[in-house]
Amino acid sequence: MSALLEVRGVAKRFRGLLAVDHVSLTVNDGEIFAVIGPNGAGKTTLFNLIAGVYAPEAGEIAFAGERIDGAAPDAICRRGLARTFQIVRPFPHLSVLDNAIVGALLHEHDVDKARAAAGDVLRRLELWDKRAQKAGSLTLPDRKRLEVARALATHPRLLLLDEVMAGLRPTETDRMVAVLKDLNRHENMTIVLIEHVMRAVMALANRIHVLHHGATIAEGPPEVVTRDPRVIESYLGQADHAVGALG
Amino acid sequence: MITRLVRTAPPRALLLLGLLLAVLLAAPLALDRYLTSVLILVFWFAYVGQAWNIMMGFAGLLSLGHALYVGLGAYVAATLFVKLGIGPWAGLWLSAFVSVAVGAAIGWLGFRFRIEGVYFSLLTIAFAEVARIGFDHIGWTGGAAGLFLPVSAEAGAWFNLRGGPLFFYYLALMMATAAFVLCAALRASRLGYRWLAVREDAEAARALGIDVFRARMAAVLISAGLTSLGGVFYAFYYNNLFPGQVFDISRSIEMILAPIVGGVGTLFGPVLGAFILTPLGEALIAITGALGLNAPGTKAVFYGVCLMAIVILAPNGLWPALKRRLGVPEGDV
Ligand SMILES: Nc1ncnc2c1ncn2[C@@H]1O[C@H](COP(=O)(O)OP(=O)(O)OP(=O)(O)O)[C@@H](O)[C@H]1O
Ligand SMILES: [Mg+2]
Repeated sequence: MSALLEVRGVAKRFRGLLAVDHVSLTVNDGEIFAVIGPNGAGKTTLFNLIAGVYAPEAGEIAFAGERIDGAAPDAICRRGLARTFQIVRPFPHLSVLDNAIVGALLHEHDVDKARAAAGDVLRRLELWDKRAQKAGSLTLPDRKRLEVARALATHPRLLLLDEVMAGLRPTETDRMVAVLKDLNRHENMTIVLIEHVMRAVMALANRIHVLHHGATIAEGPPEVVTRDPRVIESYLGQADHAVGALG
Repeated sequence: MITRLVRTAPPRALLLLGLLLAVLLAAPLALDRYLTSVLILVFWFAYVGQAWNIMMGFAGLLSLGHALYVGLGAYVAATLFVKLGIGPWAGLWLSAFVSVAVGAAIGWLGFRFRIEGVYFSLLTIAFAEVARIGFDHIGWTGGAAGLFLPVSAEAGAWFNLRGGPLFFYYLALMMATAAFVLCAALRASRLGYRWLAVREDAEAARALGIDVFRARMAAVLISAGLTSLGGVFYAFYYNNLFPGQVFDISRSIEMILAPIVGGVGTLFGPVLGAFILTPLGEALIAITGALGLNAPGTKAVFYGVCLMAIVILAPNGLWPALKRRLGVPEGDV
């Protein structure tokens, strides 16, 4: 397997606080890679560095063998790296279908064809019946799905998902897990996900990267990482992630 | 493009549009000179309202200085005609070019240096004001004393935009119709989707690969170019230009009332707004005139009241409210 995303020693500071502390990781082509860690560990900030929202203060990032650190978010997306927002950002006054069409129009110049492609993505994420609704009127779980649908519509090689299961009921989580697995298996989509729902992480991830106070404390296959004493102490030991619930 | 528009447009909207156009084409048969002149104004405001709406309604950029492009378009074409004998059909290209260039300067300043929201609006006002003061002092174009076009209403001089009320009536109707069709086409295009995305959430648009700077710039350039053609019309219709009139902030405000009242971001909004506001404004002038009242601020007060009523009663404008009653599906026009 070849490396699709390489993050080497990136750092980002917010007013003295080292939110991302020289983190390195490599995501292979075709892999599902999870980033976990307690609240405020720097997971979203790491995504923002990869997606080009911030330029790293140290280190470098390569995607498909080319440097992307310092590039603008839109340029990075055009190269095939799409992301969702933890705090969802739908286009509220546009219909669900139009939201997805905006994504599909990235590489498709014909609006009719983009509409058809957007429809396929919405069916996949069970939003087809709600396609005519204004995105602003959706429930939170549906907005999370729309985030994924819109990013997916851009036909990325790598998908960065920031807590798309948060707020979903267990059955809904299972359906999202199935969708992501299907994408990964059948369309060879590489996925990096930030997730607190360990059930989903365990079901999906080939490897897990654990952040704490901005720094890496562990990385490896799920069964190894979840037994790591430091991970249990700093994160999984917390009441809502009791290891017993990992199932 | 046009066939796709017709195919995808809701039938009721098409019917409404066809009927309206038929009535307006035949209307001069039944109208006197005064009413014809009121309708010319209606079309003019519908046209420039549509142009302004591209920036505000589609791309989410509030320009409060659109009189700038009217004035530039008017002055460039009129100056070429009066001073150099170059006709308006040739001159309008330079008019559009100059307006687009100035629009590019405003856009570049605004978007490169992240002058967003109200500060961008202030920037548009500043440019319009600078132009107004500047043209007051350019002796070659008459300065504050104004620039006058030779009046000759004989038929057959259409190629110099010289003609009677009927000529200007059909010209204005044509421009308003063309702007409507163009805006419909733009809105349904790839660029249109990008504008809407940028308007809704620039950060999310960027994350979907949209070059926000380019999308916004495109809106400014197209809007500036179209508006300047409204300026060319203005110059050749009125035959006189005063910097204090064409570039004035009150004109900028007057231009944006129709789309605001009708519905920002909609296609029918600027048309509906112009049909409501312009006749009301003209009636008001007529009434106050007949009563011998000479209160210069009446029209401004009237517009203020209209705006307040709209903001309170139908904050999205009249067209979205009316649309629901007519059964036109959401989000299409
Ligand atoms: N724009 C910002 N300005 C200032 N501080 C920030 C900013 N964004 C994040 N931080 C801080 O950086 C640290 C890391 O935040 P980040 O959002 O990356 O954490 P996270 O791991 O995603 O947490 P969560 O699980 O709650 O989403 C936190 O202390 C946060 O307060
Ligand atoms: Mg986060």
